[in-house]
Amino acid sequence: MSKIKQKSLLIKNGHVVNPATGTDEVCDLLILDGKVEKIGKNLTADKVTVLDAKGKVVAPGFIDMHVHLREPGFEYKENIKSGSEAAYKGGITSVCCMPNTQPAIDNAMVVKYIQSIAAEVSPIRIFPIGAITIEQKGEHLSEIGSLNEAGVVAISDDGYPVKNSELMRRAMEYAKMFDLLVIDHCEDPDLAHHGHGVMNEGKTSTILGLKGIPKESETIMVARDIELARLTQSRLHIAHLSTAQSVALVRAAKKEGLPVSCEVAPHHFALTDEALSEFDANYKMNPPLRQQEDIEAILKGLKDGTIDCIATDHAPHAEYEKNVEIAYAPFGVVGLETSVSLGLDQLVHKKVISLSQWVDKMSTQPARLLNLKDLGSLEPGKAGDVTIVDLEKEVVIDENQFASKSKNTPFKGWKLKGAPVATIVAGNVVYQSEDAKEKVSKK
Amino acid sequence: MSLKWTKKDLLSLQDLSKEEIELILETAQSFKEVSTRAIKKVPALRGKTVVNLFFEPSTRTRNSFEVAEKRLSADMMNVAIQQSSVKKGESLIDTAKNVEALKVDIVVVRHSASGSPNLLARNLKASVINAGDGSHEHPTQGLLDLYTILEKKGKIKGLNVVIVGDVAHSRVARSNIWGLTKLGANVTIVGPQTLIPSQVEELGVSISNNLEEAIEKADVIEMLRLQKERQEDNLFPTIREYGMLFGLTQEKLNKAKPDVLVMHPGPINRGIEMTSEVADGKNSVILEQVTNGIAVRMAVLYLVSGAQVLENDEQKSAVK
Amino acid sequence: MSEQLSEILDEAGVGRALIRMTHEVLEHNKGTENLVVVGIKTRGEFLAKRLAATIEKLEGVKVPLGSLDITLHRDDLSKRADVPNVQTTEIPFAIDDKTVVLIDDVLFSGRSTRAALNELNDFGRPSEILLAVLVDRGHRELPIRADFVGKNIPTRKNESIRVHVKEVDEEDSVLLVKK
Repeated sequence: MSKIKQKSLLIKNGHVVNPATGTDEVCDLLILDGKVEKIGKNLTADKVTVLDAKGKVVAPGFIDMHVHLREPGFEYKENIKSGSEAAYKGGITSVCCMPNTQPAIDNAMVVKYIQSIAAEVSPIRIFPIGAITIEQKGEHLSEIGSLNEAGVVAISDDGYPVKNSELMRRAMEYAKMFDLLVIDHCEDPDLAHHGHGVMNEGKTSTILGLKGIPKESETIMVARDIELARLTQSRLHIAHLSTAQSVALVRAAKKEGLPVSCEVAPHHFALTDEALSEFDANYKMNPPLRQQEDIEAILKGLKDGTIDCIATDHAPHAEYEKNVEIAYAPFGVVGLETSVSLGLDQLVHKKVISLSQWVDKMSTQPARLLNLKDLGSLEPGKAGDVTIVDLEKEVVIDENQFASKSKNTPFKGWKLKGAPVATIVAGNVVYQSEDAKEKVSKK
Repeated sequence: MSLKWTKKDLLSLQDLSKEEIELILETAQSFKEVSTRAIKKVPALRGKTVVNLFFEPSTRTRNSFEVAEKRLSADMMNVAIQQSSVKKGESLIDTAKNVEALKVDIVVVRHSASGSPNLLARNLKASVINAGDGSHEHPTQGLLDLYTILEKKGKIKGLNVVIVGDVAHSRVARSNIWGLTKLGANVTIVGPQTLIPSQVEELGVSISNNLEEAIEKADVIEMLRLQKERQEDNLFPTIREYGMLFGLTQEKLNKAKPDVLVMHPGPINRGIEMTSEVADGKNSVILEQVTNGIAVRMAVLYLVSGAQVLENDEQKSAVK
Repeated sequence: MSEQLSEILDEAGVGRALIRMTHEVLEHNKGTENLVVVGIKTRGEFLAKRLAATIEKLEGVKVPLGSLDITLHRDDLSKRADVPNVQTTEIPFAIDDKTVVLIDDVLFSGRSTRAALNELNDFGRPSEILLAVLVDRGHRELPIRADFVGKNIPTRKNESIRVHVKEVDEEDSVLLVKK
């Protein structure tokens, strides 16, 4: 199905960081016909494009396993083409798209539709995630077997939790037959006021007089899901966790050996709920921004491996949808074009995690969780997907430069150190920042 | 007084310094005198246009602003918009920009969604005065409460003020908490635990679930209006039980200081928040609050209109 | 910019001028009947107090004394860059059919006087309003004149007058300021 171009490329003199093999040194990387051929010093090859990556970090292509591409149904917010542009400009080579489209990705036909559009318009890899239940209503299981056959990489009702515990149990048991990851958006809808909660419940929500979503709305469901993972022994993945207690629950589950994993979104490690003080809906997302103590726990969770990966929960919305009374605005922020810089600035430069740990969470771990056996590592034989980043490059976030159709970022004007400079899929350079372009030469 | 008013908008009391609050209260003092004259009108806002943009029904606050605007000789216009039609049709920004296209100077806004005035202030050149937004703030009510206390007690610093009722959903409570704590009062909030908002103690107030205990040392008791719908959200079992535990009766009031002030932002649910005996009794200053509301709103309108001139002047000199 | 100050009246001079003005007022009104005194804030209020005190000393009668804050009646409100602090007007008596002596420190453009006249209007209908000023420095912009003047000081455009009163300035004096 995929129309990804298979090309050859020699990347010279880069600092190759490949957590899967423990590689962390300056060397060359040769990609032949879309696959990694060799890693080593002083590599040469005939009739191959050469890219000089001196002073830059060469990493296995980044995988964002939590993205809302909005197509089909909400193309005014984003479509597969604009979303994929946003991704490669942000250094992302693979995107997993969530099923809350219209129609939802709850049958093989929608999966095929997305794959065919992606093959036409996207030079990067797009992996649909199937819905757990029909129309994500939480009532009847989707044809998970057919979804799997069509090529979904996981199942989730993201946007909504699976409220019914019995149904969640059956979904997990059923998905286990296909070794599919079950991703849950953990939220107790009653405690979250059925979508009418606006922000984290606490001092700031009290000051602002906005309806609060208590942390327990998330942790109750995380705890339930972990219990179901124990019952079913199915692979469970907690989407966008946001609270200290969620981190603690996942840590304990992992210690016990349960098949549980989780992700965090950059806004949940970079911002607290105090950001909502001006009632700007660009800080409204679900789960909401939490408090400093939660950020600290999340950073610890990233460090000790409790948190497996970083995913953006890229959720584009039109300007007119967001520039309204905050209570009426939809949840979500864009993230594809800021994730790499936020990770480098807030995690790597601040020494929360090492460069190699960060690459692991951006690429190796998502590939492992999603069974994407060709991706997430730069070993010979694997796909030649590469993200090149410049650790020192300073950027100022300007939403007007975004490729995404939507500009709803909470990071407007942020100055960050570290940025993607080239995005390579199967040896094909799909994106290079302006200042990196002169580094390519044909031999 | 050397402090000058520089704010284009009045969105909250959280935003104001102690000195700014004091400036408003002192300015209000002068405007109160205007209302005692035979001709209760001054030309301070002559030629200015004020729009009262009310997205939520309100008789009291709107009347008070209307009288204040008229006594300042402003041209005023009331725009009442049903919330439901707003949600379905035109956005708040579009509505407000249409109003602004009428070349108004000041927009007074009441809205059921917290933060709406902030949204308007970001998007409009006109001054925005918050006349109550959702559960966020009702700054002019907070100011008139401060004014009334100051007038009756001669000071605010060191007073024990008890705020009773549905603090969780009350914009009046929030504005009062900011104003009172900035001016040095000791504030205790009283109500069923279900109506005490999360982490409110971090705003520097004490919490009590026992009205009788809390009012013993009080100099001022501010009763909040109870929305009867809250019962449906299971925030308390019945109105009857709420009244029993948190309603102010003469019997309970007898245990407080004899000169304690009883306040209420109105309209009162007689028999729920307080008995008629208390509402109409010697400790009640509820009607004085209404009178003072005009002076405070005149002061606010006057001050923000001046700040607007300041801003325009800065823009002009920047062009040069 | 540096300023040059020269003293036109000292404490004794200010005192003499006020006493003379008081005599003129009493002479004009033929005594204290129906007489009320209103000072324009800030310094006119203190001059009014002294004038009333002198009347009491001379005639043994306490005339009603009021003060007027004209801030809200100024015609330059919507143009001013700084928001003037509003003070209180205090006229705790009826002015209908009275002779009101309005007192200000300096008469210049006449705009303050106009504002004061407008404001007095809101309090009632006096039979007569008289204007007393410590200094008339000329440059009128409105058809207004003073009935009683402490001292006429013709000024140039680059000059102005500064009146000091003990109550707020720690001394009584009239200074000519050159810029």
